[in-house]
Amino acid sequence: MSTETFCTYETAWCPGCGNFMILECLKTALEQMGKEPSEVLVAAGIGQAAKTPQYINANAFCGLHGRALPAAVAAKMANEKLTVIVNTGDGDSYGEGGNHFIHNIRRNIDIAHFVHDNQIYGLTKGQASPTSVIGLVTGVQTDGNFNEPLNPALVAIACGAGFVARGFTGHKEQLISLMKQAIAYQGYALVDILQPCVSFNKTNTFAWYNARVYELDESYDRQNKAAAMQKALEFGDKIPIGVLYHEEKSTYHQKSEVLKQGVPLLDRKTDPALMKRLIASYI
Amino acid sequence: MYNLLIGGAAGQGIETTAAILEKFLKRSGYHVLTIRDFMSRVRGGHNFSLIRFGTEPIRSHSDRLDGIIALDDETVHEHRDQLNETGFILGDSKLSATDDRLIKVDMAGMAKELGNPRVSGIIAVGILLKMFGETLDGAEDVLGTFVKQQYLQINQKALEQGYAIAEKRYEHLDGKYSGWMLISGNHAVALGAVAAGLRFYSAYPMSPSTSILETLAALGDEAGVVVEQAEDEIAAINMAIGASYAGARAMTGTSGGGFSLMVEALGLSGMAEIPLVVIDVQRPGPVTGLPTRTEQSDLRFVISASQGEFPRMVIALRNQEDAFYQTMRAFHLAEAYQIPVILLSDQYLGDATATVEPFDPTRIRVADPASSYDGEDEYLRYRYSEDGISPRLIPGKTKHLVAIDSDEHDERGWITESAEVRTKMVDKRMKKIEGFRRELLEPDMIGPEDFDTLLLGWGSTWGPIAEAVRLLNQKGQGRYAALVFGDVYPLPQKLLKEKAAQAKRLINVEQNATGQLAGLIREETGIVCTDSVLKYDGRQISAEEIAARIRKEGAK
Ligand SMILES: Cc1ncc(C[n+]2csc(CCOP(=O)(O)OP(=O)(O)O)c2C)c(N)n1
Ligand code: SF4
Ligand SMILES: [Mg+2]
Repeated sequence: MSTETFCTYETAWCPGCGNFMILECLKTALEQMGKEPSEVLVAAGIGQAAKTPQYINANAFCGLHGRALPAAVAAKMANEKLTVIVNTGDGDSYGEGGNHFIHNIRRNIDIAHFVHDNQIYGLTKGQASPTSVIGLVTGVQTDGNFNEPLNPALVAIACGAGFVARGFTGHKEQLISLMKQAIAYQGYALVDILQPCVSFNKTNTFAWYNARVYELDESYDRQNKAAAMQKALEFGDKIPIGVLYHEEKSTYHQKSEVLKQGVPLLDRKTDPALMKRLIASYI
Repeated sequence: MYNLLIGGAAGQGIETTAAILEKFLKRSGYHVLTIRDFMSRVRGGHNFSLIRFGTEPIRSHSDRLDGIIALDDETVHEHRDQLNETGFILGDSKLSATDDRLIKVDMAGMAKELGNPRVSGIIAVGILLKMFGETLDGAEDVLGTFVKQQYLQINQKALEQGYAIAEKRYEHLDGKYSGWMLISGNHAVALGAVAAGLRFYSAYPMSPSTSILETLAALGDEAGVVVEQAEDEIAAINMAIGASYAGARAMTGTSGGGFSLMVEALGLSGMAEIPLVVIDVQRPGPVTGLPTRTEQSDLRFVISASQGEFPRMVIALRNQEDAFYQTMRAFHLAEAYQIPVILLSDQYLGDATATVEPFDPTRIRVADPASSYDGEDEYLRYRYSEDGISPRLIPGKTKHLVAIDSDEHDERGWITESAEVRTKMVDKRMKKIEGFRRELLEPDMIGPEDFDTLLLGWGSTWGPIAEAVRLLNQKGQGRYAALVFGDVYPLPQKLLKEKAAQAKRLINVEQNATGQLAGLIREETGIVCTDSVLKYDGRQISAEEIAARIRKEGAK
């Protein structure tokens, strides 16, 4: 791995895992954007993908399985100067944390959410995730998964997300660009990253993705919501990658009476005079 | 001392009528205690508020009434037996109930004539103020805090008309409390949090904790507090932890059901050493239980909630003053020891308003996180130290990086499975207990030194127990005293051991079915209670009931 500012640490990932490429792209994106490690917070839940914050030279919050988003958005509320990025798994983001996924789209806090979507539970050694394809046989789904897979991009657009992208670890330059756009975007930005898990997902392999993905080009209108939903639905013989939907929206910080004043929350103090008035109001 | 009951169906305005009346009485100098008894419904049912007022401090409600304000017939039927011979019932002419003590007034008709049927409650307040020999001085100011500007005039008129048609029946008593506050436990918690520098409060609505969320929301914009309604309690606590990690003083609040969902994240605060204050305003369980009623049955749960072992502190709030100062102190302890601090309140205390001396926020010091690291070696978030406390820096506020992990971690905050590091880290975290053990506050000792029976209680039964001790010592045999715990976990033991050794009988008084405090005391000290007074019907025990049950002997 090349980047210096954000360093290289020894990882506990399997050789050949798509996570390596995501980590490299993340470091490159941050470096190209000129970010300082101390202004970046990488947050995660628990899982293989969720080890990412441990492998990058930045502030790191490795919380609970499924609960990366609530902690990350609150950290952003506390200190708007932090660049907050969530790097975590599909099970973490869409399964255990599904409720937070939906509701943080509604909050629209300025963070980037990079989901390492290997369509499997890696850390727990290969059970179906919410995005697993129908027919996938695992130690739990012994007759093959027969539950409808979740389409994260479609859900995100439907819930009102203003930046929704799909990436693939085999398209490095595009992935770096998607990450940079997501970090720069003002509001909640989702990049669902197709990430081969060489150990446990023998269906959705690198070759499987590689044969299906195609990059969206200039002619695609990323501001058309209905068309974006159509594109998001495309997940079969052909899988579009790129920014599926883009819309400027006001963020939580722009709408919150407290936060819109421009002073980071953690720097504010309780005014003793206000305290006096509050106490007096009960007399 | 006088004791009034205002009762009616949900939606009839008992709440506002009681709030306005109690404020008038407090402003005229009385010490006032109002408790609220509601059903879990928005319309109908039977709800009431009990307003007790006098010139001496009032600690407990009483079931003996001097007056009933009945907004419906059910109130008359339910409570007439509690009314003194010389007491009165004030009701609308519409009521069909009959009773020699019933004074019927066409309040609905008067209100209609004034142009707003909703002011009939204010007419009742006017009548009561006259009956109790009060004046209408400062009425505008009192009304102004409860009704909108455009309705002020009509309410003022209603008050005056009620006052005009009534006759004085009781003497005004001169109390010295006009300059004191009248505040509920939940409001006092909210104020205490703001005084401590709260910046972030996330919660999911759940009775009886919701009024903390609403109180903070009402003042959040002005005070610079982000108040966020979370999608569930799991989000609420994880948000509070995320905000605290990033440097905003944070708190979450709920009742037992929501606390059940928060349990895993409580351990995150313990493991990652991120300061956190959580309040559990208890209601009767299990599960939905009695949503709007009171109980003290989460003690055993919160002291052991979450897997694994980590230091935590549990403080039970005993009264409205505690609610303010102990909330402030909870923020201090959470920051100083980088631990979760759990406050235990309950519906009774949360909703009851009491008269307290104006709060003084300067009385409690609240620690801040470290602002810089100037050690010679590399900054390590979880550096081993004598007292187990490592320098907590705020990410983004320093050039150093701050890494936290729910996995076992090394001094850097990086995941590890080393047996040696694991043992040292557990020891480091646990060492912090020694520190806050030294800061524990001993229980309140109530009553004479030469007692032979000692009552033991915790939290909101403080008031009823205090008054029960007085009642028991007034007549009857034996001498009574009580210890009422605020800090309850870890359990302060000094005073307990000393006083228990002197006691011939030890009786635990608790609002639960299993005697949870008695169990904890037995476990920690080997001291065994000889009797217990337990109540778990969802209604707060009164001083009279404690005294009666103890006098009856057996006290089961
Ligand atoms: C509350 C809780 N439930 C279950 C687990 C076990 N667990 C850890 S990671 C994981 C799933 C990981 O899948 P994913 O999020 O897709 O991450 P991946 O390992 O595939 O990158 C599970 C079930 C846990 N740590 N905590
Ligand atoms: S188990 Fe799968 S996702 Fe995890 S490191 Fe190995 S290849 Fe990657
Ligand atoms: Mg996965």
